[in-house]
Amino acid sequence: MGLVYKKQRLQADFKEGCEIMGVLRADNITMKFGGLVAVSSFCMDLKEGEIVGLIGPNGAGKTTAFNMITGVYKPTEGNVYYSEKNSKIETNITHLRPDQITNLGIARTFQNIRLFKELSVLDNVLIANHLRLKSGVISSVFSMAAASMIPFKSLYLKEEKEMNEKSVQLLEDVGLIDVMHEKSSSLPYGKQRRLEIARALATNPKILLLDEPAAGMNPKESIELMDFVGQIRDQFKLTIFMIEHHMQVVMGVCEKIFVLDHGETIAYGNPSEIQNNKKVIEAYLGVD
Amino acid sequence: MKINKKILNIVAIIAFIGLLFFMDNTFDSYKIRIVNLCGIYVVLGLSLNLINGFTGLFSLGHAGFMAVGAYTAALLTMSPAVKDMNFFLMPIVPFLANVEWPFFPALIMAGVVAAIAGFLIGAPALRLRDDYLAIATLGFSEIIRVIFTNTQTLTNGALGLKSLPTHTNIWWSWGTAILTIAFMVFLTRGSYGRAFKAIREDEIAAEAMGISLFKHKVISFTIGAFLAGVGGALLGNLLGTIDPLMFRFFLTFNILLIVVLGGIGSITGTVISAVVVTVSMEALRVLDQSMDLGFIIIEGIPGMRMVVFSALLMIVILFYQQGLMGTKEFTWDWFTKNRGFKQILKKDVK
Repeated sequence: MGLVYKKQRLQADFKEGCEIMGVLRADNITMKFGGLVAVSSFCMDLKEGEIVGLIGPNGAGKTTAFNMITGVYKPTEGNVYYSEKNSKIETNITHLRPDQITNLGIARTFQNIRLFKELSVLDNVLIANHLRLKSGVISSVFSMAAASMIPFKSLYLKEEKEMNEKSVQLLEDVGLIDVMHEKSSSLPYGKQRRLEIARALATNPKILLLDEPAAGMNPKESIELMDFVGQIRDQFKLTIFMIEHHMQVVMGVCEKIFVLDHGETIAYGNPSEIQNNKKVIEAYLGVD
Repeated sequence: MKINKKILNIVAIIAFIGLLFFMDNTFDSYKIRIVNLCGIYVVLGLSLNLINGFTGLFSLGHAGFMAVGAYTAALLTMSPAVKDMNFFLMPIVPFLANVEWPFFPALIMAGVVAAIAGFLIGAPALRLRDDYLAIATLGFSEIIRVIFTNTQTLTNGALGLKSLPTHTNIWWSWGTAILTIAFMVFLTRGSYGRAFKAIREDEIAAEAMGISLFKHKVISFTIGAFLAGVGGALLGNLLGTIDPLMFRFFLTFNILLIVVLGGIGSITGTVISAVVVTVSMEALRVLDQSMDLGFIIIEGIPGMRMVVFSALLMIVILFYQQGLMGTKEFTWDWFTKNRGFKQILKKDVK
């Protein structure tokens, strides 16, 4: 575990040297629910290839910040910007719908697992491929009908075949290939989490937002998850932004950390800075 | 194995056509009418199942779409002379006075007009969810009925239309039913079908996976409305007379009953329960008449048979929450799996 940590730090230091483009930027986003300010003036930016953590006590507004970035909530104030790989043009994504944001390349998972419970593991991943489908509904039905009777070729059948191959490959990569045809709700908890991440990966994201990926996991599963997160970052060339309560995981895997408390950003820095930050300790343990 | 299944499918379809041929030749007109109704209710059940079962949209507006389809087909297929006879209070609008289409294009047109109605209603209503969507669609279907009651020159108002050409026969109704079944099978197996099911399972997750909720809900709703329109057209041209009162909520309830009994989200379940419900709706007519049990004579109460359906619905909901079939579908494996099971048993005995 120590080794993984050291390796990632080294990589981070190496990257710091070059010029790295920002891929996602939140500019003073504020969310008010009536009189309650859930998140106030949250600023952050993600550089390509980073793993950034967001921590804070319960009710600090972490998930609200996530929901603003992914379009579930519209921020009361402020904007969120996304920029394509190697381009300096920023797109304002504040007013896009969640599905449009996913189409741009920002995928997410949920705090309380939201799999398509009645569907198989493979179907769950296939559904995440649907957003790239070009064929229309009528042509999909008729080409499948034709293919069931005679040898037949069409755009839809080609797309369907590619989808299947990609999904099977992805499931193999994340180690879920042997439970491919099982109902997703029948998987053990750790594997459900893994499937949720795999499903998010199937949308071909550039940025992956993980909402408490280690919630409810035992220490062994958490360590496996940490390695897994590092591994997919390298394999899929991702930038990862994650909320996590499990300190071991956050400190082990994240390169930069934001700390939220009562909607305010109280600290920002690398893990060792955060561990020694007085405000953070106060927020977690309270003051005399 | 795959080729075997294909052959089995073809054999099954041919056998079924043979059965239809047999029924067409031997049954009296009353029984043939029931067979026709079965086919039509299969189409209607599947169309509601696509919306309610596969996409998870609780819509109660089916009777409205059926009315649109039935009236469209009726007005297109009636001969000018019959129209003259029907519209004796006020003359029919000029652009419909002299049209007389063959049945097939009229059916398609009925579906298309119903689909347009579905799209127009769906676009605003599908922003609602669950019970609110049910209330809104129910309201829209009543609005359609009230409009049809009041547009005297277009629909002949409350008088309804009589002496429609009765084009619908076993081949039309069951031909449409078989095509609808095939369409639904391929739709639900494909990528769009999976997207619909994803919306049913978890809207928030589906949206986070890049599925545009609104687009897919409207697609599903419009296809459902198209099929409902075709079903309504077949029904109108089977009965030979239609009026706005036919398309009350009661009709939607009958189709909902079929979908819930068969299994919300199962094509097989809907087909089976459409046939069972339609046949028993007629077979249970004895309950409406007075019965002589030898020692006591029970006087007939019209509508007694509906009590049986209500009780049946309660029993199914109590013991099979998901309907008889749940979301399961028929496959030929049902037979082969059983055989495999027996073989294992034999090995154990040895």
